[in-house]
Amino acid sequence: MTFFQNTRTVLKSLFSRPSTLMYPAKPAKKTENTRGHVTINPAGCITCRTCQRKCPTQAIVVDVKEKTWQIDNMRCVVCAVCVDTCPTKCLAMDTQYRPAMTARGGVEKFTVAGPKKKEPAAAPADGVKPKEPKE
Amino acid sequence: MSKQITVPFGPQHPVLPEPLHLDLVLEDETVVDVVPTIGYVHRGLEKLVEKREYTEYVFIAERICGICSFIHSQTYVQGIEQIMGLEIPERAQYLRTIWGEYSRLHSHLLWLGLFADGMGFESVFMNAWRLREHILDDLEATTGGRVILGVCKVGGVRKDITPEKLDEMLRGLKAMERELQDLTNVFLHDNSVSHRLKGLGVLKKEDAYQLGAVGPTARGSGLAIDIRSTGYGAFDRINFRPVVEQDGDCYARCAVRARELFTSIDIIEQCIKKIPDGPVDMKVTGAPDGEYFSRTEQPRGEVIHYIKGNGKKNLVRHRVRTPTFTNIPPLVTLLKGVELADVPVVVLTIDPCIGCAER
Repeated sequence: MTFFQNTRTVLKSLFSRPSTLMYPAKPAKKTENTRGHVTINPAGCITCRTCQRKCPTQAIVVDVKEKTWQIDNMRCVVCAVCVDTCPTKCLAMDTQYRPAMTARGGVEKFTVAGPKKKEPAAAPADGVKPKEPKE
Repeated sequence: MSKQITVPFGPQHPVLPEPLHLDLVLEDETVVDVVPTIGYVHRGLEKLVEKREYTEYVFIAERICGICSFIHSQTYVQGIEQIMGLEIPERAQYLRTIWGEYSRLHSHLLWLGLFADGMGFESVFMNAWRLREHILDDLEATTGGRVILGVCKVGGVRKDITPEKLDEMLRGLKAMERELQDLTNVFLHDNSVSHRLKGLGVLKKEDAYQLGAVGPTARGSGLAIDIRSTGYGAFDRINFRPVVEQDGDCYARCAVRARELFTSIDIIEQCIKKIPDGPVDMKVTGAPDGEYFSRTEQPRGEVIHYIKGNGKKNLVRHRVRTPTFTNIPPLVTLLKGVELADVPVVVLTIDPCIGCAER
């Protein structure tokens, strides 16, 4: 290897912007395909338990009697199988990763509409929703 | 004869993030014997096959390794498809090949970076990983994951790539090829690098064959063993030659990986030109009944998945033989006679992935 063969690389690196992002000051690059985390629209869930059966890490627990849909984010590996198999398409994949959490804070419980057709439940909200749909 | 002492190497070592433990028996500064120990990260993934449905196990098979993840899932689903006699769509075969070669590119770039870092060549390490980032970005844009792609499934693939995106990927690779030339020039022609690597840790061709070396370790010793030539996936429609070097030293193994980058780009280019239109998956019913040895070429060498089913949703047995596992006996041979200071570099040249080897 002769002298000055790497000069092009050196000059390019010298005069170009850094390859790294100042994360978290600047958001990380995300594409529309990125698997970030699973979200649910509680109004659409019919508690069919398909997602619970298909989940390879058993992160999802659906309680048909209580009408709750629960995900343990520390178990979830974001494979998107639940999103693909959901018959009512009430599960969706968000492109942003979840912020850091503890094992105890990873469990999220949603009260869902349940199997019967009725007026749609209240707008989806984050976290635990104690309100039961009127029977 | 001088006194022999034993120096432990690993499982925690600054140059090697992998938990491999070697007891080095030294005479003065020279290694005369090596006793390898593995078993620090065993996870029992093979046993899980009895608890999960065969379709869900793809995601677990993919998590056997954190680098060659996609090719593990590809090998597993190929085995299942062979048992069930499925003819998966052409386009899915091509897409699997493209993603597989992208995985190889990012794995080799990762290794070149780590290797440069192991030699103390920090700027080349940064450059290699900067180039790897483009590969990971393309993978994320097409599959949704950067390393754990999660696109393989029994009966095809889960995502399609649009023709525009394929063209864009090809343009990106063509632009990258010149930068890769600059990078591999350093490994192949730089005086300090070749002075450090040439004649170090020589594995003879006969030894490589007898000890069952696979992948770049075997090809660096003059054995043209490349499972891609058996034509799995879309490789039977792709024109390519295995990269072989004759010397069997660290330089040869490094050169094999550096030159394979360009082979992979060439394969991806051929795939993108030949890829047919059509569906990317098919409906799968029933469960596998039978057994199959599925073989593919990973960045580190040949991987074998043995799969046995009995017609139920859960498989009976799954056994993985990973390339690092078979490359440990050659590693013991080629470490004999090297200086203690060269041991990290020699260990790095087989590209050990212990997480893979222990499952």
